[in-house]
Amino acid sequence: MSCLAAALLALGVGFILAITRATLGPTPFDRVLAVNTVGTLAVLAISVYGFFDGRPAFLDIALLYALINFIGTIAILKYFRFGTLGDHALPNSDEDGA
Amino acid sequence: MSGFLVNASLIALLALIAILALRLHRLFAVVMLSGAFSLVAAAQFVVLDAVDVAFTEAAVGAGISTVLALATLSLVPAEEKPHSISLVPAFLATLTGLLLAVAVTDLPNFGDPKAPIHNHVAPEYIIGSEQAIGVPNIVTSVLASYRSFDTFGETLVVFTAAIAVLLIIGGYTRAPRRAKGKRKGSQDAG
Repeated sequence: MSCLAAALLALGVGFILAITRATLGPTPFDRVLAVNTVGTLAVLAISVYGFFDGRPAFLDIALLYALINFIGTIAILKYFRFGTLGDHALPNSDEDGA
Repeated sequence: MSGFLVNASLIALLALIAILALRLHRLFAVVMLSGAFSLVAAAQFVVLDAVDVAFTEAAVGAGISTVLALATLSLVPAEEKPHSISLVPAFLATLTGLLLAVAVTDLPNFGDPKAPIHNHVAPEYIIGSEQAIGVPNIVTSVLASYRSFDTFGETLVVFTAAIAVLLIIGGYTRAPRRAKGKRKGSQDAG
């Protein structure tokens, strides 16, 4: 119980730090990275909850979640680089802070 | 007890993100925060044992919605217009929220086997769906046979909405800066 509380507290601090960065972040990349961190922390939260609840199947869910998070971040970054998700990418578009 | 602790902290986090997203005026930050909101909400759904809803939330809320909002962001200014707080919508939203909070007290307990939703048609499906439909998976037989017209309508609505969104923003993603701003409309959006 106290172990769970300590783990949750640590995760909560991490969440708040990441959300602070997503809120303040001067550049868009800070924000993208912060949201990616929130996703990682969500994966950790699911794992911790599954561990303390005695349900190892939650680990698989957390893994799938990490994959979705990764693909989402790649999609956002690809959008940033090319301005589109299709294959008619602009050859010379440089990144800019939208 | 531990469930309560986890739920309370996740809900508090959701409220914090929502308030921050409301306060910010930089739209890119709002989009990023809404992505973070979806991720935390999906974790909440996992804790509530609604794993399928959680995956939908993570894939649609954090993935597709964020990308669609970013695509929209390339068409609109980067900052929200300053506006004063209008009283009538604020009052209506507060009232609706209070009514919903009152209605929550009327809901059956979480996981209650005597809840109406478990006693209406669910026993019939569990007993008879394999005989009636011939599909071993009950969820599949409900979605594809008992409620097939409903599913068909949903698919149609989502398909139409996707086509409309692609037609509106598909060809008009971020235009090349140095290329004299010549845009090609109605290109396929891949």
